Amino acid sequence: MIRKERAILALEDGTVYRGYAFGHRGETVGEVVFNTSMTGYQEIMTDPSYNGQIVTITYPHVGNYGVAIYDMESNKPYVRGFISREFSGEYSNHRAQQSLEAFMQQYGVVSIQGIDTRALVRRLRSGGVVKGVIAHRSFTHPEDPYGEFTPAEEQVYVQRARDHQDIDGHDMTREVTTALPYAFPTLRHGKRVVLMDFGIKHTIIERLAEVGIEPIVVPAHTTPAQIMALQPHGLFLSNGPGDPAPLEYAHRTAWELMGLLPTFGICLGHQILGLAAGGKTFKMKFGHRGGNQPVKNLLTGNVEITSQNHGYAVDIESIPDGAFVATHVNLNDGTLEGMAHSRYPVFSVQYHPEASPGPHDSRYLFDRFIEEIDAFDGADGSPVVKAVAGRLGV
Amino acid sequence: MPKRTDLQTILILGSGPIQIGQAAEFDYSGTQALKALKKEGYRVVLVNSNPATIMTDPDLADATYLEALTPEFVRKVIEKERPDALLPTLGGQTALNLAMELHANGTLAEFGVELIGANAEAIHKGEDREAFQAAMRKIGVETARGKMVHSLEEAVEYQKELGLPVVIRPSFTLGGTGGGIAHTYEDFLRITEGGLRDSPVHSVLLEESILGWKEYELEVMRDHADTVVIITSIENFDPMGVHTGDSITVAPAQTLSDVEYQRLRDQSLAIIREIGVDTGGSNIQFAVNPDNGRVIVIEMNPRVSRSSALASKATGFPIAKIAALLAVGYHLDELPNDITRVTPAAFEPTIDYVVTKIPRFAFEKFPGSSDALGTQMRSVGEVMAIGRTFKESVQKALRSIEADVRGAFAEMGVEELRGLLYGNPRRIEAVLELLRRGEGVQALHDATKIDRWFLSQLQEIVAAERELLDLGPIQSWKYEVWREVKRLGFSDARIGELVGLSELEVRALRKAAKATPVYKTVDTCAAEFEAYTPYHYSTYEWEDEVKATDKPKVVILGSGPNRIGQGVEFDYATVHAVWALQEAGFETIMVNSNPETVSTDYDTADRLYFEPLTFEDVMNIVEHEKPVGVIVQLGGQTPLKLAKKLAEAGAPILGTSPETIHQAEDRASFNALCERLGLPQPRGKVAETPAQALALAAELGFPLMARPSYVLGGRAMRTVHSLEELSAYLSEVYAAVEGQPSILLDQFLEGALELDVDLLCDGKRAVVAGVMEHVEAAGVHSGDSACVLPPVSLSPDLLERVKRDTERLALELGVKGLMNVQWAVKDGVAYILEANPRASRTVPFVSKAVHHPLAKSAARIAVGHTLEQIGFTETPAPNLYAVKEVHLPFLKFAGVLPILGPEMKSTGESMGLDTDPYLAFYRAALGAKSHLPLSGTALLLGEGLDEVAATLEGAGLRVLREQEGDTLPDLLVDVTASPLLRAALERGVPIVSTREGAVWTAKAIAAAQGRELGVRSLQEWQRGAGADASS
Repeated sequence: MIRKERAILALEDGTVYRGYAFGHRGETVGEVVFNTSMTGYQEIMTDPSYNGQIVTITYPHVGNYGVAIYDMESNKPYVRGFISREFSGEYSNHRAQQSLEAFMQQYGVVSIQGIDTRALVRRLRSGGVVKGVIAHRSFTHPEDPYGEFTPAEEQVYVQRARDHQDIDGHDMTREVTTALPYAFPTLRHGKRVVLMDFGIKHTIIERLAEVGIEPIVVPAHTTPAQIMALQPHGLFLSNGPGDPAPLEYAHRTAWELMGLLPTFGICLGHQILGLAAGGKTFKMKFGHRGGNQPVKNLLTGNVEITSQNHGYAVDIESIPDGAFVATHVNLNDGTLEGMAHSRYPVFSVQYHPEASPGPHDSRYLFDRFIEEIDAFDGADGSPVVKAVAGRLGV
Repeated sequence: MPKRTDLQTILILGSGPIQIGQAAEFDYSGTQALKALKKEGYRVVLVNSNPATIMTDPDLADATYLEALTPEFVRKVIEKERPDALLPTLGGQTALNLAMELHANGTLAEFGVELIGANAEAIHKGEDREAFQAAMRKIGVETARGKMVHSLEEAVEYQKELGLPVVIRPSFTLGGTGGGIAHTYEDFLRITEGGLRDSPVHSVLLEESILGWKEYELEVMRDHADTVVIITSIENFDPMGVHTGDSITVAPAQTLSDVEYQRLRDQSLAIIREIGVDTGGSNIQFAVNPDNGRVIVIEMNPRVSRSSALASKATGFPIAKIAALLAVGYHLDELPNDITRVTPAAFEPTIDYVVTKIPRFAFEKFPGSSDALGTQMRSVGEVMAIGRTFKESVQKALRSIEADVRGAFAEMGVEELRGLLYGNPRRIEAVLELLRRGEGVQALHDATKIDRWFLSQLQEIVAAERELLDLGPIQSWKYEVWREVKRLGFSDARIGELVGLSELEVRALRKAAKATPVYKTVDTCAAEFEAYTPYHYSTYEWEDEVKATDKPKVVILGSGPNRIGQGVEFDYATVHAVWALQEAGFETIMVNSNPETVSTDYDTADRLYFEPLTFEDVMNIVEHEKPVGVIVQLGGQTPLKLAKKLAEAGAPILGTSPETIHQAEDRASFNALCERLGLPQPRGKVAETPAQALALAAELGFPLMARPSYVLGGRAMRTVHSLEELSAYLSEVYAAVEGQPSILLDQFLEGALELDVDLLCDGKRAVVAGVMEHVEAAGVHSGDSACVLPPVSLSPDLLERVKRDTERLALELGVKGLMNVQWAVKDGVAYILEANPRASRTVPFVSKAVHHPLAKSAARIAVGHTLEQIGFTETPAPNLYAVKEVHLPFLKFAGVLPILGPEMKSTGESMGLDTDPYLAFYRAALGAKSHLPLSGTALLLGEGLDEVAATLEGAGLRVLREQEGDTLPDLLVDVTASPLLRAALERGVPIVSTREGAVWTAKAIAAAQGRELGVRSLQEWQRGAGADASS
């Protein structure tokens, strides 16, 4: 189609990208980021870590294989908006149950297509992430959806982007964590592990269950006492959206439980462990979002291709007393990708070993977690503590 | 781990003459490997019999052996050069099979040569079907149900279990030679029998049919530390049933969800580990059932492949180079990604565009062979196009292929079009035309099994063709309308067709609306990191990433898709031009659409535009770059035919002017010129209509050589002996060739000796570089004839005269660069046949024979250097005889009689060097995989072969003049064009179909008899050194 309903993406820096409307007709605002995965748009949309963000998919065709219920990472899309060079109207795949556009309309996801997404990514790469607004012409001018926005109208959206609250310094997990603890009737065997939900992805729960864990998911604000009352064999800190720094309640919980339970953290959970140990996190210029990030495991020397989605990172040097040591680094930029406690069976990774979307190279971490749990009551001590001491000379 | 220091000398095997299934991509991979290893400080030795390649350029390896890729010759090279290691994974199936033979016969062990990259066990596991299936069972990866059988009886028994259709795959054959899909029991018997015969180990795999499933390929790399990465996924537009080399393919995969893609990735990792490929690239093919997602692995190649070349070009990740570095011990995380510089090669490229590859075929050259595509590869070349969307990408690819059938299809009826939905080279055009007629996606899917997503994308193109007529008059289109139309990939010419304007009118309107393309960068990372590699493609978006530079620039146009008559030799010439102009201080800009080539490697030219070689796409680049000039004369006919239009649009053409090109190609002006210079020509006339052709033929007398004007590779050229033959020819030509070409009729000099002369001219001085004497007589296309340099049967006087006349002609024409002139000598008179003021197919051959890089000199002349400055003022007197022999693809075209004629059919060539011309011929024949016997039986059929018989008998062969029962001889000479030629070809018996060829063959066998043939590198020939030269 040559003529399409108009839409714009207005950034807080004043840049306006003129494109075409897709998905739910309306208006949306959020932090604009990009993801370089070539597959997995549905998993990305439904990953609660994207709460508050408008995601640009760098691969220019999105929607080709439709949407399937099995690919949900949570109960609904959490992205605030979606950007693609071209969304497919038609889809083809035996697993698909509906089109991407129908899915977006069902859940109110406002999207834009037809813009030079590569130019946008280059802008985000050099200038860092920015806030932006997607506005559909048909939403404000239903009588003339093909017409253009006036410069004055565009400026209104630029201002709206500027006025939007920054993600920095705000607790974005409140909107995505579970209100009440829950367990799975079918997963009532194995080692009980409490999963602190900051916006957990379904696949993480599946992977944990797969290695013999009985998961109990609890809200982010659950206290250490409440957690211990569940008599768990281990603690898991989940992924989640936004800035880890303001989540002081979570830092405290993690700090209080440190050493009491074998603990595994992923993404936001990893950052919380770093902060709990007294370290600092910082906001990256444009983060890591994609399925091709090379990570070196310093304990084995192996390189893993990983799935990532984070805008903040832990500064390992800032953790006092060498409590945590680096176990994984990013080969592209040298940032910290994983760490382990030097005395306790506590370890974490910045990336997503559960993938979905992305490569499965790092699934061994779930095995390692169950090994820690199994070893915790034994006399031999923690495998990870030993490995760290052995390989890194700590 | 850093690189190994225990290795000093590394042997690399090339892939020999270009043939179907093994083409220029191995020149690309070999060249990358040579450059990378040499840069690391290794001494690199190369064996490859193909002189048209860039890898055999004497500057690239430390020692280059233009010898046959046989265990005997490679053993001699090993004995002489004593390499520490052999890297067998970059020269295609030929190199891999040869390495296995050298392993099996103990040569590698004897000389302590280590196989690096892939060891013998891994190669066996990857290549041997049974071993592969067992390995797959072990890791729980499903393969198609099937069984390896070693006899027809065994096959018949197993077929009862499988039913029909059955897929038949012979073991260890190239591009699936001899394989096929049998839908009937009779086909099953026939194909199985053929496959058992063609397989060097006489076994075939019978498999359940997975026809119509979705087909994918993953390009995988592994290092010694067991890091494995996927470079790209590729999805076939044509589903299972069409060989992947013959399929339109798209990168990355388009219709797989992440769950499905990761399943393929997981299996690929497991496979490369289980097969045990130590390092380097492999290619793994999968079939996916579109109804339930069931995955079957089809095969893996434990080596760099055609798909690796495509994957390299599609992503910017240099697979062959990295594979070579991994083979010497580096790990992926120790090697930088050249494109980003700051990130390592241990990653998986992600792309933000769509790549489409379309193969190019040559069925028109093999009348009588069916164009139905199957599991045996038959394409001769390919194009790749990059667009931001599939629609843009596929439309760019379709216009790159230079085989437009839309006009013809527009006139067909719906039923006729539906009849073209079987797998064939034009299927996509039939699909598009049927969509235009309103056929639905579902109906087309049912008929073709092409995925609905691809079909719906094509439907969107067709819908846009209609919609653009509703956007108001084209004169009123604003920038944004233009951008949206152009973003879909429509060319100006196509828009013109739709709205009723010329291409130039559309271009003018578009430019007035400021709708010009921007150029994006291929960067392996979807813009996540800054890219330093100048590899670009056009699209219609709003950010241009190519920053203007102020250095003087030259645009060099490549040769587009390889085809019979226009192959790797033109890539050689254009790459040499790049190198020469870089040395001369210019910024070089390459434009090409062929992913198999060295020219489209991003580190060849200073800037690479991967674009269609059409007027529109090239002119856009010229306007964007503002070069001092454009070189069109080195890339064959494709760029040459753009010259006039580019010049008229204001592009400065460097070197020989478009007027000179026209003067040489236009019959009337060329005849007048020859007359003025007193150059004898065969009597000839130009006919504009069939009726006129018949009248002129009567006037000229028979035999005549007939051909349409402006074609390359002798397309549709034929010798006719009567008015009836001429009429039949004319009706065929007008049916097959686009437009209404005029027909050239020339007196045919039966039995004449042909000469090919290559020359350099700077406008003031002309110097013949080499004169080649054809082995086959006039009537066989020069591209298909063997030839020898210098000539052996010309008198010095005549040779001198030919040289002088060629030089006079070049000066008169005002050639600035290369020219090729063909002569025919009959009864002591040299007649001029044609002159082509451009690089010819023989340029690399002559360059290697006379030790002078002709294409480099041509490029320097184009920018104003003189022959004196270049230091080329005399015809070189080579210290050797160089023979070129050709490789013919007849085996792939069932039922076609393997005889030579005026229509070129060969796909590649070999070179033999020796101080004796007949030994040089012998080496070249072996190099072209024609294994001339030194003992056994020769069967000679036809008249005039007595001398041949005597020579062969003298050489100790038993000569028969008629076939004894059904037994085949060890050598067949048949000048009667009997069906026995085909039978012998299919059974691997060397065949000779011309008398002249037979004479040379016999003399070569006699010369080789009892001789121990030594090996001598090109560098030694060049230095005049090499103690153990053969004779």
